[in-house]
Amino acid sequence: MKREYKRPEGLSKTIMRYCPGCGHSIVHRIIGETIDELGIREKTIAIAPVGCSVFLYEYFNCDSVQVAHGRAPAVATGIKRVNPELIVFSYQGDGDLAAIGTAELIHSATRGENFTVIFINNAIYGMTGGQQAPTTMPGQKTTTNPFGRDPKLAGYPIRVCEMLATLDGPVYLERTAVNKAVNVLKTKKAIKKAFQLQVEKKGYSLIEVLAPCPTGWGISPLKACEYVDKVMIPYYPLGVYKDLTQVK
Amino acid sequence: MKQEIILAGFGGQGVIKAGVLLAYAAMKENKRCTHFPSYGAEMRGGTANCSVIISDSLISSPVIGEADTVIAMNEPSLIKFEPRLKKGGLLIYNSSIIASKPKRSDIELLAVPANEIAESVGSAKSANMVVVGAYIAKIKAVSPESVKSSIPIVFPGKEAFLTININAIDKGMAVVK
Amino acid sequence: MNPDIIKYKTGEKILLKGNEAFAEGTVRAGCRFFSGYPITPQNEIPEYLSWRLFEVGGTFIQAESEVSAINMIYGAAACGARALTSSSGPGISLKQEGISYIAAAELPFLYANVMRGGPGLGNIAPCQSDYFQATRGGGHGDYRIIVLAPDSAYEMGNFPKLAYDTAEKYRNPCMILADGLIGQMMEPLEFNFDFVDVEKIPTKDYVVGNCKGREMRVINTLHMSTDILEKHNWDLYRKYEKIKSEFTLFEEKYTDDADIVIVAYGTAARISMAAIMKGREQGIKIGLLRPITLWPFPEKIISQLAQKTGKVLAVEMNTGQLVEDVQMAVNGKAEVYFYGRPGGNIPTGDEILGVAKEALKMKNVEPGRINVLNKI
Repeated sequence: MKREYKRPEGLSKTIMRYCPGCGHSIVHRIIGETIDELGIREKTIAIAPVGCSVFLYEYFNCDSVQVAHGRAPAVATGIKRVNPELIVFSYQGDGDLAAIGTAELIHSATRGENFTVIFINNAIYGMTGGQQAPTTMPGQKTTTNPFGRDPKLAGYPIRVCEMLATLDGPVYLERTAVNKAVNVLKTKKAIKKAFQLQVEKKGYSLIEVLAPCPTGWGISPLKACEYVDKVMIPYYPLGVYKDLTQVK
Repeated sequence: MKQEIILAGFGGQGVIKAGVLLAYAAMKENKRCTHFPSYGAEMRGGTANCSVIISDSLISSPVIGEADTVIAMNEPSLIKFEPRLKKGGLLIYNSSIIASKPKRSDIELLAVPANEIAESVGSAKSANMVVVGAYIAKIKAVSPESVKSSIPIVFPGKEAFLTININAIDKGMAVVK
Repeated sequence: MNPDIIKYKTGEKILLKGNEAFAEGTVRAGCRFFSGYPITPQNEIPEYLSWRLFEVGGTFIQAESEVSAINMIYGAAACGARALTSSSGPGISLKQEGISYIAAAELPFLYANVMRGGPGLGNIAPCQSDYFQATRGGGHGDYRIIVLAPDSAYEMGNFPKLAYDTAEKYRNPCMILADGLIGQMMEPLEFNFDFVDVEKIPTKDYVVGNCKGREMRVINTLHMSTDILEKHNWDLYRKYEKIKSEFTLFEEKYTDDADIVIVAYGTAARISMAAIMKGREQGIKIGLLRPITLWPFPEKIISQLAQKTGKVLAVEMNTGQLVEDVQMAVNGKAEVYFYGRPGGNIPTGDEILGVAKEALKMKNVEPGRINVLNKI
């Protein structure tokens, strides 16, 4: 019998240590499959962030660079400018990308650097124990919002795709989710397209993935998937925010 | 031989470049030289100045305490740098636009109508070359040949002005003769 | 290599600002990647490289901040490029995060600090306020940076080759610690090394990219296991000790018969020479020990000279930083004097000669203690 479902070559054999119900491992697998399908493993560089996915370099079977909190797009810029033939992706959480790394995010996007940003938006700081993220929902409780996020005191969540869509630099921006099968498939399609665009030297792309964090949110994995649907998606609508490949 | 020169004026009068020209000519003659400009916020708004040292021996500091020569292209420069001259030093000042007279009596004065002379050779912008001419005629720190042959290097891409600049230097030298 | 990119012949006499000489020197030494952020008094470096790197097919990026600039360097160095950034004190402070990572990852690169007055925004005048920051590593963690202190446009132009070669030899960041005077001053210089053909620089075996036929490589600074991190720290320590034993540079002048030795670097050393020359005319015998590497610090020679003369005078453009290294090198075996001008003021040769005379006259001074000769 032919084996259809197997570990992608793009992933290493290391067992992922993410919590049950976490979105990271799904997105890792999608990237691994994409690397295989595009045949780019030997020239891919993964940029590992600070956050739950800090050990990304253990999970991918390609060269990688582990970087400081928020600085992945700057490091990716350096790599890509020195060696434009490499395929470079940064993988960043909401705190890394939309708080401490906001400047690096926006300026690499406006320069239209030819790399791919995978942005995991789970509305919380997971690794440090569940503090407020720039994308934490109004009213959402975190370890630093014990009474729920009050926008009057802690500001409003940042919509990254909408913000970047105002820039001329990016070529492709899409928000997807991994809370149910249909959304996982759409995420796969979006991530593959983003990598494909990089291979074709089309320019900057960012895929924002709404991901459940049952541990950080203090709810069951199933409830977490529902939370994405009921609370996050209405605030962060899924869809394509920019796609210059469609512009004739 | 050691000459410590302060060149000062307002932005656009070309005092920094005039200093570079002197330094370049000195280098051509295998002399030691340094050029140290005023920099930063100061040069954006008002006065610009530079310190040029030409010497036969090692120059330890490019910063001038007491100058042998001050070249003042405008009134604020005269006011600021006249006190910085050493006793018996030379003050060259642009009498075209400096109305007041220098105050000190223990220094040598050389009034040069730099703007008028510059205009007479075809460009008001060459006033900096007029004072360079006057300076090298008075204090023979570098030869006119070294200065003139350095002009195309210090002012690249301005070949059209080469003749004007050389004429300006000659006219400036004539002020002294 | 297209010979048109060479620009200056080796040994050809040219007139450049220190900053420009440095910029040209880096390109000549093989730098093909620069990222930085504007700050006075180093702006001529990025301005020069913005067109010069274009001419040689390199990359110039004006980054959105110093933090981004240094992380672009991290990426470029991870690919094996001879990468460069430059700044002045406030910008170097911001870059310390990235410098710590790059030192931890043991990647070579070059950066320059053209020092200005501090702390805070300070001013833009020449100063030596960042000696501690430079020689103690500067950022978080347990690491060292190789620090070269040029005193002329000549050294600004020629140190980049030495710096890149040394940085790559030891896989360690290397910095040029200059100041506004060295950077802004124009003086004749010539390049003492031939234009480096970057295609002939051997490929490094630790760079990322193109993993065909080998295990994947990770440029990493995260070591959660305490044992692994401790081993990494001791490995770095051994490397730093090796650098100390192999790469300590200094210049000695008039020390043979000196009654007192001035220890000074960069601009302060240049100006101290004026004091020394004038002193000689008056029969006062002052010597100069100019550290060229500030880390590693030339402690052995200072210790020897201190014991020989009995008096050592540190001259700096700050309120006393290098003098602490001098004090440690002297180790209680000689009198230690200090004279400093902070705030962007530059001492004169006469001023330094005056304090040297004063130090020579002083008697019954406790050895090893720092005696500040400023009237404050």
